[in-house]
Amino acid sequence: MSHAPALAIRGLKKTYGNGVSALKGVDLTVQAGDFFALLGPNGAGKSTLIGIVSSLVNFNEGDVDVFGLSLRNQRAQAKQQLGLVPQEFNFNQFEKPFDICVNSAGYYGVSRELAKARTEKYLTELQLWDKRDVASRTLSGGMKRRLMIARAMVHEPRLLILDEPTAGVDIEIRRSLWKFVQQINTQGTTVILTTHYLEEAESLCRNIAIIDKGQIVENTSMRALLDKLDKEAFILDLATPLTEAPIIHGFTVQLLDAQTLEVEIPKGSELNGLFGALSGAGIGVRSLRNKSNRLEELFVRLVDQGKLAKPTGAAA
Amino acid sequence: MNSLSWVAFKTIFLKEISRIMRIWGQTLVPPAITMSLYFLIFGNLIGGRIGDMNGIRYIEFIVPGLVMMSVIQNAYGNVASSFFGSKFGRYVEELLVSPTPAWVMLAGYVSGGVARGLMVGAIVMLISMFFSDLSLAHPILTIFTVILTAIVFSLAGFVNAVYAKKFDDISIIPTFILTPLTYLGGVFYAVSLLPPFWQKVTYLNPILYMVEAFRYGILGQSDVSLSIALPVICVFTLGLTYFCLSLIERGVGLRS
Repeated sequence: MSHAPALAIRGLKKTYGNGVSALKGVDLTVQAGDFFALLGPNGAGKSTLIGIVSSLVNFNEGDVDVFGLSLRNQRAQAKQQLGLVPQEFNFNQFEKPFDICVNSAGYYGVSRELAKARTEKYLTELQLWDKRDVASRTLSGGMKRRLMIARAMVHEPRLLILDEPTAGVDIEIRRSLWKFVQQINTQGTTVILTTHYLEEAESLCRNIAIIDKGQIVENTSMRALLDKLDKEAFILDLATPLTEAPIIHGFTVQLLDAQTLEVEIPKGSELNGLFGALSGAGIGVRSLRNKSNRLEELFVRLVDQGKLAKPTGAAA
Repeated sequence: MNSLSWVAFKTIFLKEISRIMRIWGQTLVPPAITMSLYFLIFGNLIGGRIGDMNGIRYIEFIVPGLVMMSVIQNAYGNVASSFFGSKFGRYVEELLVSPTPAWVMLAGYVSGGVARGLMVGAIVMLISMFFSDLSLAHPILTIFTVILTAIVFSLAGFVNAVYAKKFDDISIIPTFILTPLTYLGGVFYAVSLLPPFWQKVTYLNPILYMVEAFRYGILGQSDVSLSIALPVICVFTLGLTYFCLSLIERGVGLRS
């Protein structure tokens, strides 16, 4: 069991009572210790998949193993390995954060003394200790999200599933939250993340799966996926205004306004060539940035093109 | 019960007790006031003119029924509102994602309902002492009956909460089924007063057996034989327990 993947899903199918087929035979493996991104557009099947893994949704066909423990016949042991931070707030808003965490640990058989000690540890790490005795309905949105992370951690799961944990959270809190999640991942907890902030997924996750219309359309390492990008777009802020876009061989250049250029650079090309040509034309560049996140470009392309029939292999 | 089940059970039970005590103004006080009024009006003011019922002073005849009515309503209401609240606020998911077994989850909520039923029953019993002069004829039977009855109606409240989709759904059953069955279940009158046809109809009412068994425990006499009443209560307890467990296992009203 020690070498079993954190999550192994085989042929998972789910059709809801209203006839909607949410999952059409999903195969997915997440290795122990991974920081894994599960991405997909709204309605793609992410929440159904997470719901099944966390036992909130029944499934029709297939198998789900958590660290080698089958959800079919070892459900209680499998659940013990799992921590869930759902998309929507699902705690009693009239209870105090301290009680919410201690009670949650109790549902996993953690003794009250240990539960209190862990609650203090995680509420402190997530900067909620001074709010431990207020009614949780009075917490801000960001605090409520952190409370759900603390609650998911009090039984110290080996696999933590975060379903859009940073939705509506300001940048400062988001950074501290990612620091915390990276830290627990470093300490051995496997993390599965869904998010609409693709730059987060790109910078945090080592492996990725993209789901669309109930099927996995991409399942590979983040590096391998980003290598598929055949061109990248940059925005250049110019030192002096232009009236028309310069023509530079090998690059597609577009003048967005008098002092802003958009340049598409094919994969394999070097930026030196671009800057050399601009410099030769007497055009100074003050700053340079990506037009959009690289993962976002790939994601949009994959989903838009409906490329989707076959998975490209298992995660590394 | 293994360690996980015991810790999880204690957690749910203590959470329920904490809820009952936190909102004591809604959970413990109203039945005390209502039952005091019943004792005052039906027992003292009107009861004095009614005379005896089966050879017992009317106020003393109605005390067991009113105590049982409080237990039934509060055990039912506690589980129905608490469990439906956890569904409505989605924090039932805390339990559903955890390894807490279905029977522990049920036992936790039911024990909360039983606790509230017994607390209210004890309060009403204490109040009744200001209006009547009662002693327990069969204490063990009385306690056995009241606990089983509280379990039956806690389980029934759980079923209601599982199927409920909105808050209205947890008040419909108490209003249109539970209250009429309780009032017609021998709380205020002896079944022997009814014409033969209505007596037979009344024997279809399960609450009658609970009220009569409890009345026997307190007064030492009742309209229904214990050899029928106790098995009826036990059958309802076992049947509803099995049904509730199957609802949780199948995820009815809980998992899509």
